Amino acid sequence: MNKTGKSFHFGTWLRDNAVMLTFVLLTIAAIPLSAMKLTTIFFELASRISRNAFLILALILPIVAGMGINFAITIGAMGAQIALLLTLNWQIPGFSGIATAAAMTVPLAGFFGYLVGKLLNRMKGQEMIGSMILGYFANGLYQVLFLFVFGQLIPIANRDLTILGGKTGISNTLDLNKGVYAVKGGLDNLWKLPFGDALYIASGVVLFFMLITMIDMSRIPFLKKSKLAQPDDNAILVEDKSIAYKLKRRLPIAIIFIAACAVYQIPVVAQQFMMVRVPMVTAICIALLGLFNVVIMRTRLGQRFRAVGQSQTVANAAGINVNRTRLIAIILSTIFAGWGQLIYLQSLGIMQTYAAHESIGLYAGAAILVGGATIVRATNGQAILGCVLFHVLFVVAPKVGVNVFGDAAIGEFFRVFVSFGVIALALVLHGLRNRPYKPRDLRNEAGIPAAPKPAK
Amino acid sequence: MTQDAAENKSSIGSSVKKALAKAGITRLIIFTFFIVLCIMADAAGISVPSMLGFTVKRAGMYGVMALAMLPAIQCGIGLNLGMTLGVLAGLVSTLLCIEYGLTGWPAFLFSAILGSVIALPVGYLYGKLLNKLKGSEMTVSTYVGFSIVSLLCVGWMLFPFKNNALTYALGPGLRPTHNMNTSYGALLNNFMAFRIGKMTIPTGMVAFFLLCCFGMWLFSRSKTGTAMIAAGSNPRFAEAAGINVDQMRMIGTILSTVIAAVGIVVYQQGYGFLQLYQAPRQMGFIAASAILIGGASVTKAKVSHVIIGVTLFQGLLTLGIQVANKYVPGGGMAEAFRIIISNGIILYALATSGGASRE
Repeated sequence: MNKTGKSFHFGTWLRDNAVMLTFVLLTIAAIPLSAMKLTTIFFELASRISRNAFLILALILPIVAGMGINFAITIGAMGAQIALLLTLNWQIPGFSGIATAAAMTVPLAGFFGYLVGKLLNRMKGQEMIGSMILGYFANGLYQVLFLFVFGQLIPIANRDLTILGGKTGISNTLDLNKGVYAVKGGLDNLWKLPFGDALYIASGVVLFFMLITMIDMSRIPFLKKSKLAQPDDNAILVEDKSIAYKLKRRLPIAIIFIAACAVYQIPVVAQQFMMVRVPMVTAICIALLGLFNVVIMRTRLGQRFRAVGQSQTVANAAGINVNRTRLIAIILSTIFAGWGQLIYLQSLGIMQTYAAHESIGLYAGAAILVGGATIVRATNGQAILGCVLFHVLFVVAPKVGVNVFGDAAIGEFFRVFVSFGVIALALVLHGLRNRPYKPRDLRNEAGIPAAPKPAK
Repeated sequence: MTQDAAENKSSIGSSVKKALAKAGITRLIIFTFFIVLCIMADAAGISVPSMLGFTVKRAGMYGVMALAMLPAIQCGIGLNLGMTLGVLAGLVSTLLCIEYGLTGWPAFLFSAILGSVIALPVGYLYGKLLNKLKGSEMTVSTYVGFSIVSLLCVGWMLFPFKNNALTYALGPGLRPTHNMNTSYGALLNNFMAFRIGKMTIPTGMVAFFLLCCFGMWLFSRSKTGTAMIAAGSNPRFAEAAGINVDQMRMIGTILSTVIAAVGIVVYQQGYGFLQLYQAPRQMGFIAASAILIGGASVTKAKVSHVIIGVTLFQGLLTLGIQVANKYVPGGGMAEAFRIIISNGIILYALATSGGASRE
């Protein structure tokens, strides 16, 4: 892969980021065609990002563990919706309602995740198609649950939630902003700030943490050795821990934040953000999940994720329980997806009982790929960048449809096409790059000679 | 099925298990379920014979599409969930047939033949792609299929069709559903159809389906067919025996795409409607479930699997929908029932033959 010479590196970079670059061009072309005001776009974008970023970040662990995009996050969302329905039934409003639902999501989604993981361990190499079909399958069970079990077998006291007193199950649409059980904005409305203030706070926090982490971690008493991965700790990737290395990696992030603050000082720029009000608690939740994704990679468990993702054979030889590691990655991802769905629903304020979860796997998966992730490598940065780019297109596509073709439906069809197309393109590019397909490549990586041709 | 036999633990039950394995566990479970549904339907006062008549009709409708899975599995690309590409070719040809105002047999032949002609280059390109992505065909083909379906959703809005029967009176685009009665609807169904009591047998359609099956059976006996099956079941061995595996996979993929194009034409004449936009997306799944229920795996399939599978699957759906509607009010349960069976069987096939055991 690696070729010598600077110009070739640029070519490699272009090819590796083909999906993302195509998307950037598409977005740049679409914004003027939509003829939308930037203030409107930013306003829409802020709510969409805060709604969806958590779900997209939930995809990272399974990717690192070598399981591709976990389309079964829909199942985590189903768990969250079961929890939310019970919360609505018990009439717990606002933040306490969301908190109750989030607490109940953990056992529900955790259990579902366990089942998903067990099944995916029987489909190694086919996890993506497996998790997608599993999502469809679970959707069938979910419909039985909401059409028949809730209301008839499990009584639902809150009459607003059912049709005909529960005879035909739960209503199609649940209004989360109604009655004494309103949970809309349970998280978002706790603390909202104008964009500028939020930007300053975020920059401050980021810079502060960067300074702190410059300190050698192993000198902090309670983090001593036990919790941190050691270089010889069945680690295949050993991280460089020198200050210079850290500085080199973190400086760009610091510069981005400082530059953003500086640019924001220009009145014209600041004006474009005047309608944006950032839901801080939601933003903190998203940041915490991002932090979790980083911190866990520093632990033994994280090293195992990475080792299994690199090569199951080598990981197995190093004494790692491959199946258990993959199981943990899926369970965590499913629980996070459940929380992500709660964030999504409380922000939207309405729950389409039978459809709200259906396409989250598709959109989250497409978004992370748009950000430059591949089905074997993904970072927080790619997830967030993908979230922004993907949702810009979502905001402007219907308007482009109206302006260019005279019909909003064209824009909507186009964005569905883009979602599927991005995933298909990423799969094809990955397949072309890694021929033969990953599971068969393991022998090579492990230094085991190829199997002899079977005699028959 | 040999793996099932190998897993036997007790020596006493082994002969019973062998017999079970020969009949196919999934097939037996589904068949038992089917019988139970028949009894439940009868108890609920639903006329079982007329339901069986519907079953035959629906089996004929979906049969050719399920048959499209056969060459795909045989040539080694696995479940061709991207056979929607062929389905789309059949849709385009039918739209052109309505646009030109053809009726009766010419309309049917025009659609089937033009659909196949369009499916040829599509299948060729699709096969080229799949040959470069060995090992991840199912995932890739699913998403390629999905993206082309959604791309054509944009296409249906933009294609310059003129016939008022097809387009919206106001605004751009084709209407999502079209009645086939003006072109070739129920053409095969009514051909030599007869009634036995409450059962109506659509002779023409069933005969056409069986004819296609016979054609595939003949092909699998031919030199090319044998080579294709060999390439699919053991590529390394086939390569050593001097078979061009890539070429055989191409033949299988193109054949699958072409049969899918004919399949959707047969489906439309039986169903009486042409559906555009998102409707073709699930066709691959329905076909895959049918052949798997019939006893196929993602690596092995026979013509008999198609015939048994499509009959059992459609029988299950026809009766299941009626019974579900009788016992549980509201329409959603029947759809949930379909989703669970259809995807459950694909999952089962993936779990039993996918992953490490495939090495």
